[in-house]
Amino acid sequence: MPELLIRGARVIDPFQELDEVLDVVVARGRVVEVGKDLPGKGREVIEAEGKVLSPGFLDLHVHLREPGREDEETLRSGLEAAVRGGFTAVCCMPNTEPPLDNAPLVEDLVLRARELGLADLFPVGCVSQGRKGRELAEMGLMHRSQARVRAFSDDGDGIADAGLMRRALEYVKAFDGVVVSHPEDADLSLGGQVNEGEVSWAMGLRGIPALAEEVIVARDLLLAEETGARLHLAHLSTARSVRMVREAKARGVRVTAEVTPHHLVLTEKDIRDYDPVFKVNPPLRTRQDVEELRRALAEGVIDAVATDHAPHSPEEKEVEFDYAPFGVVGMESAFPVLHTELVEKGVLDLVRLITRLTSGPARVLGLRPPEYGGGVAVGARADLVVLDLESEWTIDAYSFASRGRNCPFHGWRVRGRVVLTLKGGRVVHRMEGVL
Amino acid sequence: MSFPPPGRDFYGRLPFDPMVPPPKPARVREVTGGTRKNRAATEKARKYQREEVVELARRRHLLDVDDLEGEEMEHILETARSFSEVMRRPIKKVPSLRGKTVVNLFYEPSTRTRLSFEVAAKRLSADVLNFTASTSSVEKGESLKDTALTLRAMGVDAVIVRHPAAGAPWLLRRWLDVCVINAGDGMHAHPTQALLDLFTMRERLGGLEGRTIAYVGDILHSRVARSGFKACLAMGMRVIAVAPPTLLPSFVPPGVEVQHDLDEVLPRCDVLYILRIQKERQTEGRFPSLQEYVSLYQLNMERLGKARPGVLVMHPGPMNRGVEIASEVADAPHAAITSQVAAGVAVRMAVLFLLLGSGEGGV
Repeated sequence: MPELLIRGARVIDPFQELDEVLDVVVARGRVVEVGKDLPGKGREVIEAEGKVLSPGFLDLHVHLREPGREDEETLRSGLEAAVRGGFTAVCCMPNTEPPLDNAPLVEDLVLRARELGLADLFPVGCVSQGRKGRELAEMGLMHRSQARVRAFSDDGDGIADAGLMRRALEYVKAFDGVVVSHPEDADLSLGGQVNEGEVSWAMGLRGIPALAEEVIVARDLLLAEETGARLHLAHLSTARSVRMVREAKARGVRVTAEVTPHHLVLTEKDIRDYDPVFKVNPPLRTRQDVEELRRALAEGVIDAVATDHAPHSPEEKEVEFDYAPFGVVGMESAFPVLHTELVEKGVLDLVRLITRLTSGPARVLGLRPPEYGGGVAVGARADLVVLDLESEWTIDAYSFASRGRNCPFHGWRVRGRVVLTLKGGRVVHRMEGVL
Repeated sequence: MSFPPPGRDFYGRLPFDPMVPPPKPARVREVTGGTRKNRAATEKARKYQREEVVELARRRHLLDVDDLEGEEMEHILETARSFSEVMRRPIKKVPSLRGKTVVNLFYEPSTRTRLSFEVAAKRLSADVLNFTASTSSVEKGESLKDTALTLRAMGVDAVIVRHPAAGAPWLLRRWLDVCVINAGDGMHAHPTQALLDLFTMRERLGGLEGRTIAYVGDILHSRVARSGFKACLAMGMRVIAVAPPTLLPSFVPPGVEVQHDLDEVLPRCDVLYILRIQKERQTEGRFPSLQEYVSLYQLNMERLGKARPGVLVMHPGPMNRGVEIASEVADAPHAAITSQVAAGVAVRMAVLFLLLGSGEGGV
């Protein structure tokens, strides 16, 4: 394979705090040279003037449905979707069938993902056996396995038992693991479909109050503070949750948080004609919540954008709103939507957006090179993306690599696109004709 | 075109007075003077009104009351009045919808609404098919979408849908290119109920503007209240919601007054609208016991005595006698409950007639 020269891109690398127009040479899977006016002779040259080069993104929260629901997504289709969206590493959630609650299962997934050579897989293991919320799963063994699991969650179901949550937080301190909380009190959200308030009244649907999230956020912050363990809060959606996280961080609690693109861009009022493609958990909230989430993301109170990519089969989603499962697919629309709606509209600058997609999530997991996070530096593994910020296009869920078509941004006109993804120096995604 | 041309009735022969001319929009009434300027304004308004009516037929759906502009709601009520006169004739059937096929698609048990629509459609000479969830392929797991596609392939003209899930009629509208009428979806909407309630109140009280209606009971879970609030507010009525806080939404629409004490509200009301209380609300922890609910919120004779003398008592049915309403109250002269049922047929005839029109060849 010839050496690859990516010429003239604006290199934004949050890991080295770099933002400069540079040439980058990739060979033997690694970045071998970074500089100005590098010679193209004998090298395959990609002219990337006017484009942006950054480290590949890390998605903390995806559902790859394997094992159990391979009709909805497989490792291959999910990781293919990841690299098309610019993600060279993803964390898959354990709410599979069977759940990812033991070392052999997570190891098997990681090894198979490695063979595919698309994005790296960092599985999130279960906190409790069978995700049942009773006894602890073998977190230590999952951590010791080749999967090197460091984050644990009973995602999809919150941990109702505060005693179990406390023990989980205490236990993972042994290997500096992190417990990922799905903050939802099931009694408060019981039967809910949309945000409780004006929209639940108008739509005649049962509401999920903001409180269902906030009481668990409050509880888990207290438990994290008390135990000194690392807590990560998944998909924050309310203004009050954000305020509590901001205060907790100021007190020195070891907490991190993520937000999804749909909670940053859509509000409850965007739900149209009972289309279940807008049915997500936590539900789309109010304009004030969205404003607060955006502010927190810009400030860094929220550390990462995570997509909560959740593919569902059309026969499950094309039904009555009440009967449809929660979730949207998001990896292939994340960057263009966030660039269009946040960066172009002045909510967040590009450097911060890339930070929340790279070094932000890396810090949540405590990932360091060589696993993830070498950045655009000589010697680092060449997990890179090239972004075309000028490219205008229309999101078409039917052209996704993901098997999921349940994308609320289907049909949106956006600006900005992932045009090239390199994984270990290999081109795993390239927009022909654009680059 | 959905209504008979001027001077013709549903039979296409005899003049049908209540229908001609069609009702005038409110703003026209203010300008029906004799000056040339006013006549021009009247003409313009008539033309506008004609377009409105066509619009209603073109829209082809009735999903909730806020689909209707002010004039359209008025037009339905006026048309219903004509039909209630038809219902007093010895022969109650008119041929307006001859050749049209109407499907009653009922996913939820319902007697009165289904029968009411069926009678309404049959009196307009439409063919009526009944599809109920218990006797259909729903039990074999057919999706709403597939059912919709089947009905479309059969070439029906209208689908009247009752469904336990809110929004089902909106999904049907997306999948079907025929008229969809919402006969109640989950906790969400019940537009023909709201219209028939307006009709009943108007017949009994005269004008509605400035009148006060109190909805009493399980407002949170009630599609009757949701559509009713909108319809009553559109008519300029004052709306009071009376219930324990656990049966009220966290968001109350603007213009609706919230009260928890029924006895305090009684003397202020022209209409007491009693909602059915479902027993499972107690096990959900919405109120402590049926006994407590009855003693605090049941409309009984004693409470009726505290209300205005001419107060109208309404209930969407089916009633739980002895729970939300005492039996004697249900049978008292104040009660308009059977008038509501009669109004239901007339209003549904009007809705079907206006939405389905009378065919290209006229009547």
